[in-house]
Amino acid sequence: MTTRTMELMVGVFVAAAIAALLFLALQVANSGDSTRGETYTLVAKFDNIGGLKVRSPVKVGGVVVGRVSAISLTGEYYEPLVELQISTRYDRFPETSTASILTSGIIGEQYVGLEPGFIDEFVEILGDRGEIQNTNSAMVLENLIGQFLFSQGDN
Amino acid sequence: MDNLVEIKDVYFNRGERSIYEGVSLVIPRGKITGVLGPSGCGKTTLLRLIGAQLKAHKGQVLFAGQEMSQLSRSALYETRKRMSMLFQSGALFSEMSVFENVAFPLREHTKLPENIIQTVVKMKLESVGLRGAADMSPSELSGGMARRAALARSIVLDPEMIMYDEPFAGQDPIAMGMLVKLIDELNDTLGLTSIVVSHDVQEVMSIADHLIVMANKTIVGQGSPQELRENGSELVQQFLSGAPDGPVPFHYQAKPYSDDLLGAHL
Amino acid sequence: MSAFHVLGRNVLNTIQGVGEATVMLAQALIGKPQPRKMFPLLMRQLYVVGVQSMLIILISGLFIGMVLGLQGYTILVDFGAEQALGPMVALSLLRELGPVVTALLFAGRAGSALTAEIGLMRATEQLSSLEMMAVDPLRRVIAPRFWAGVISMPLLALMFNAVGIYGGFIVGVEWLGVDDGAFWSVMQSSVDWQDDIMNGVIKSLVFAIVVTWVALFKGYTATPTSPGISAATTQTVVYSSLAVLGLDFVLTAIMFG
Repeated sequence: MTTRTMELMVGVFVAAAIAALLFLALQVANSGDSTRGETYTLVAKFDNIGGLKVRSPVKVGGVVVGRVSAISLTGEYYEPLVELQISTRYDRFPETSTASILTSGIIGEQYVGLEPGFIDEFVEILGDRGEIQNTNSAMVLENLIGQFLFSQGDN
Repeated sequence: MDNLVEIKDVYFNRGERSIYEGVSLVIPRGKITGVLGPSGCGKTTLLRLIGAQLKAHKGQVLFAGQEMSQLSRSALYETRKRMSMLFQSGALFSEMSVFENVAFPLREHTKLPENIIQTVVKMKLESVGLRGAADMSPSELSGGMARRAALARSIVLDPEMIMYDEPFAGQDPIAMGMLVKLIDELNDTLGLTSIVVSHDVQEVMSIADHLIVMANKTIVGQGSPQELRENGSELVQQFLSGAPDGPVPFHYQAKPYSDDLLGAHL
Repeated sequence: MSAFHVLGRNVLNTIQGVGEATVMLAQALIGKPQPRKMFPLLMRQLYVVGVQSMLIILISGLFIGMVLGLQGYTILVDFGAEQALGPMVALSLLRELGPVVTALLFAGRAGSALTAEIGLMRATEQLSSLEMMAVDPLRRVIAPRFWAGVISMPLLALMFNAVGIYGGFIVGVEWLGVDDGAFWSVMQSSVDWQDDIMNGVIKSLVFAIVVTWVALFKGYTATPTSPGISAATTQTVVYSSLAVLGLDFVLTAIMFG
């Protein structure tokens, strides 16, 4: 086994490993991950975030445009504040947009759905750290049951 | 005649067993010193103490006036370049050819250009009679040849001292004869100090200028072969003549024979 | 001696062993890097440790991937969820099986070989003779082997994963009829580069360090006799396997818990 052959084989070994890595990166993993590249932050306050987690997706009409980057409580009244990292490709959300916490499927994971609002000459576009005013919180099971019972009671 | 190595009143333990108790000896410069003694009395330990692979618990181990256990790591490595050790098994590196093995110390410690390394290695191999075996791998060599190759490797940096650990053990008469001749000649031509640890009494006595006999954790005899043969203690005499019984008894410690045989019936 | 005594002594011995091993590794790795001398040694070890393990890793990866595809399909098809075969195979491999099985195979093949080789070098006094020739055996013998192990194993785990996923693809799509497009697309939407692939790589890096370290230490401290080396080789495989499985639990809890 000459040194030459040995170095060749080690080179093949490393090349095979790189090939494997590329295969995994391109074919297997989430390509076109929208949180790669430049992002900016939008924030939204909710009454209840339900099962939303950090790194949950942010979608517009089902298309992923970003990820939840932080969840915390803010202000005197401890309101839940969610920070969203949105890809800079989608930087024209007007302040009239709505953020809702939705569930994918019936018992799937929760995500933040954004609906862009209307745009006219008085409406500002949200920039970095802009706040989305209109929010819909997650549906909490107990509240739903309560609503249902109340509505039954009225009948 | 000064002494290259001096050992003064050394005590050494391995675990709980004491190996040396109050050992003092000198190794004269430029001569061949034989270290003899029964198996297991710690002769190899002596070489390891001189090379500072082991540290004595008490006493001094001096090489060229330096206390070996006090040296810093880099000073120790420098000092080790002045001495060489030939291990019992030769200890050639199994993944290199004989040539590469002999060239190893040169490549490690000198910046000599390749053609000079080639020349020096060939010269050293020639002096041990193995120039034709340069491209063989250690697994292809016989025991005697492996030792000679290891010997070539130990002289390649022209050390001041070589320590031989049981060089004659298990060799056939011809190989033994070759090794004896080599040790003697190299000592003279290269001006080396040689320490030969062995229990092959005849071979060592034939070339040694100075003998040290060890037993019972200490030195029992020091001097020229002539002196020891004539004036040595009983123990030394037994060792040198190879008598089966004497101060080192034949029977291992046991209770009396008749008790042992008849006692079972009681 | 009471059980407490024995237990206590074993614990102390283990702690002492870990300390010894740390000192050995520190002495081997800390120091001025000498790229010109070390690089050929590293190259050779990469060959011995990495390239020569490739075959067993690739074959095992393929079979495990295929088995995952088969078993996965039989289970999922009962729930009508065979479209989830892709992510099932991929995530099982990337998060767990890839790093762990590669580490176990590596410990058995390369780890035991390292232990035996170094134990043998000690028994034939090659390590002593390096010391006497003023060459530090830790830097010359141990260090290149350590780096070779740490570099090779994660690479092998990547290959294992890739081949395994492909094996799952062959069984699931070609053989059992799962939809080709669905297999890959559901997989892609479930596999995250950072959480799954990189975490798997981090796991195999940790395992690589542990397995190589144990193998080298056991070889370096083996009793230099035949039974001694044989015992050391067995211990390498056993201890590093247990360590890998234990660490796997800890890492999984940290990463995915």
